[in-house]
Amino acid sequence: MDEKSHIIAAIVEHKPGVLYSVANMFRRRNFNIESISVGPTEKNDLARMTITVNGDEKLVEQVIKQMNKLIDVIKVSRLDPTNIVSREMALVKITTHDAKARSDIINYADIFRARVVDVSSETLMAEITGGSDKIDAFIDLMRPFGVKEVARTGITALSRGAKSVRIE
Amino acid sequence: MTKMSGAQAVVEALKRQKVEAIFGIIGGAVLPIYDVLYETPEIRHILARHEQCAAHAADGYARASGRPGVCMATSGPGATNLVTGIANAYMDSSPIIALTGQVNAFAVNSSYLIGKDAFQEADIIGITTPVTKYNYQPKKASEIPKIVKQAFYIATTGRPGPVLIDLPKNVQSETAEMKFTDNVEIRGYKPKTDPHLGQVKKAVELLFKAERPVILAGGGIIASNASPELLALAELLMSPVTTPLMGKGCFPENHPLSLGNLGMHGTRAATKLILEADVLLAVGTRFSDRTTGKLDEFCPDAKIIHIDIDTAEIGKNVDVDIPIVADAKKALKEIYKYLTKKLQKKESSQWFKRVQEVKDQLKDEVSGGEKDLKPPRLIKELRKILPNNAIVTTEVGQNQMWAALHFTAYEPRTFISSGGLGTMGFGFPASIGAKVACPDRPVVDIAGDGSFRMTEQDLACSVQEKIPVTVIVLNNSVLGMVAQWQRLFYGRRYSAVNLGSVPDFVKLAEAYGAKGTRVGSLKEFSNAVRKAIKSEVTTVIDVPISPEENVFPMIPAGAGLKGMVKSEEEL
Ligand SMILES: Cc1ncc(C[n+]2csc(CCOP(=O)(O)OP(=O)(O)O)c2C)c(N)n1
Repeated sequence: MDEKSHIIAAIVEHKPGVLYSVANMFRRRNFNIESISVGPTEKNDLARMTITVNGDEKLVEQVIKQMNKLIDVIKVSRLDPTNIVSREMALVKITTHDAKARSDIINYADIFRARVVDVSSETLMAEITGGSDKIDAFIDLMRPFGVKEVARTGITALSRGAKSVRIE
Repeated sequence: MTKMSGAQAVVEALKRQKVEAIFGIIGGAVLPIYDVLYETPEIRHILARHEQCAAHAADGYARASGRPGVCMATSGPGATNLVTGIANAYMDSSPIIALTGQVNAFAVNSSYLIGKDAFQEADIIGITTPVTKYNYQPKKASEIPKIVKQAFYIATTGRPGPVLIDLPKNVQSETAEMKFTDNVEIRGYKPKTDPHLGQVKKAVELLFKAERPVILAGGGIIASNASPELLALAELLMSPVTTPLMGKGCFPENHPLSLGNLGMHGTRAATKLILEADVLLAVGTRFSDRTTGKLDEFCPDAKIIHIDIDTAEIGKNVDVDIPIVADAKKALKEIYKYLTKKLQKKESSQWFKRVQEVKDQLKDEVSGGEKDLKPPRLIKELRKILPNNAIVTTEVGQNQMWAALHFTAYEPRTFISSGGLGTMGFGFPASIGAKVACPDRPVVDIAGDGSFRMTEQDLACSVQEKIPVTVIVLNNSVLGMVAQWQRLFYGRRYSAVNLGSVPDFVKLAEAYGAKGTRVGSLKEFSNAVRKAIKSEVTTVIDVPISPEENVFPMIPAGAGLKGMVKSEEEL
C-alpha cells in the first residue's frame, strides 16, 4: 500500500507522563513519529497533540487504535488533509557575510512572508510560518548563504469549518 | 469522609474490593502499609521469597478465580523484581494489581526525593508503562481511595491487565480526609462491550451459510466467562473448536467437537481442519505468531469473523472480513440468538463426519512399557488421577507443550500457563496463587527442571504458609526445548543447555520442609501423584526422563500451518 504522511490530532489529559506514554507506545510498536507538537487546548485540563506519521493505511489505523487504547488519550482523529489548515513555524538563523547577502535574504524573506526577527553583524534570524513544504523551500533557498541553525515546531493543524476534535 | 493515613486508606480500599490475599515482600518503602496489615485479619498476607514469585502468584490467583490478584513490593529492587511478573500478566491479559513503595515524594523536612536517585529509588512508572494497562503515583494521600478504585476497575474491565500503583512513602504516612466512593468515571477509558448489531447480523449470515465452520476460541472466552455460550454456539453450528494455548480449557476437550490446541505444537487434527474451514470464527484471540504460523498460509481461503474486546487487535496481525468489537460473552449470545431463528440444531452433518474422521485418523498413539517414562503417557496418567476441576499450571518449554498437547482440560480456568511471555518459573508460584484462590481443589505444576529452578525458592512460602501444591518435575537434566531446537535445527550442537543432575530435587524439597519423592515407573508415578494431591504439605515429584525426547507435532519457526511435521524424519 502507498506510504504517505498522515496528520493525527489527539486530545489527551494535560498531566505529567502522558507524552511519555504516547511516545513510548510509538517506539514500542515501531511506529515512526515524523513530527509532534503538543500544547494546551481551550480547556486547561486537556492538551492537544498533533502527530504526523508516515505509513500506509493499515499502519495509520493501528496507530489510531493503539493511541485510543491509552487511558490518558481521550479522543483521537485523523485529519483530512484536503480540509484542514495546517501550519508549522520555523526560526532560521542565516550567516550574512556582506550587505549584499543581507539584502538578498531580506528580499527572499519578503517573498516567503517570513519576518526578520533578529539581526547581528554576522547573522540574521527569520521567522516563517506555513505549510511544511513552504518552510522546506525557504530553508533550501537559504542554504547557499549558510544556514547556521534551524528550529521547527512540527505541524499543528485544525479542521476547517464546524468539524472539530474536542471534548464536550 | 474519614480521617486516616494513606496506608490505612490503601488497606481500606483493598477491603472494599474484597481482596482476601496479598502476595508480597516487605521493605522500607512499604512499612506503613505493612504496619496497617498487621492489624487487618481480613486480608491474608502471603510472604513470597522473591517479588517475581509474588507477581506470578497474584497472576495465578487471578486466572484461577477470575478475581484480580494483588501483589506488593518495596521501592527500587523490590519493584523491579516484580517486572517480569507484571509483563507476564500483561501479555496474557491477566488482571493483577501491583502495589509498590516509592521514596518520599515530599519528605517531612520538605526535601523532594523522587528524581534525586535516592536510596532504593527506581522509576517504576517509567519502567512499567509499556507492560501495564495503566499506572498511578498518587502525590497526595487523599487521592488514594479514588486511585485504588480506578485501578481495580481498569484491571478487570475491557481487556483485563495489570495496573500498578506506586506509593511514595510520605503519601502512605500522611493523614487526610478520605472519601470512598463506588463511582468510577475515567473519560479516556470507556470499554465497549456490546456488539454492533449490524456486524452481528453479517456474522450470522456468514455462519448460516458456512459449510465448514471452525471456531478458534482464545483466552478472551475465559476472561469473559463465555464457555457456556461457546458450547451452545458450537453445538448449534456443528462447528469444531480449537484453542490457542491461552484458550485451553474454555471448551471441554473431551467433546466430539473439540480439536485441542492450535499452534506451533498444536494437534494435527486442529491444524488440518482449520485449513479446510470456509468460515473461521475467532473469538478473544490475538492471532499470535505462535498460533498462526506464517501468516499468508493461515486460512487463506476462509472468511474470518473476529470478535475481540480490544479494538486494536482487529486487523493487527490478520486481516478479517467481519470484525466485532465486543465482550465475547455478549457477542456470542447475540450471534446465537439470531442464528437459532434460522438454524435447527442437527444431530450430524457432512462436516461433523469429516471432523470425526480426521480426529480418528490423527489420534496420537501413546505406547510404551511400564518403565518407559514418556512425558505424554505421564500426563495422560495424571489426567486420569485428577478430578475434573483440578488446576494444572505449567512452566515453559517441553513440559508446557506436552501438557498442552496431552492434558485434556474440561473446564475453563483449570489450565494456567504463560502463553505470551513464555516465562520460565511462572508455573510454580502461579500454582501457589491458584491454590490460595481454590483451596479445595488439587493444584499441580507440570514443570521442567530448568524452569522450576527459577522460582523454586517459593517452596519456603508454600510450606510456611501451608499452601500445599504438587510439583511434577519432568527432569531431563537439560533446558529441553532449547536442546530440541539445537537437535533439530543446529546440528546437535548443544550449547549451554546441559543442567547436569543438580540439584537433587528430593533433597531440595526436603530442605524446605516439603515432601520429595522420585519415581521410576508409571505405577510409582500414579501412586506418588495420588498421595501428593491429598498431602497437607507441598510435594515435589522428581520424574527422571530422557534428555533426548522431542515434542511433536511441530510447526518449525517461519513455516505455515501446512508445514507441520510429526517427527524428526519429516523435517
Ligand atoms: C525466563 C526465561 N529464560 C529463558 C527462556 C528460554 N527458554 C525457553 S524454553 C527453555 C528451556 C526450559 O527448560 P526446562 O524448564 O527444563 O523445560 P523442558 O523444556 O526441559 O521441559 C528456555 C531456556 C525462557 N522461556 N524464559
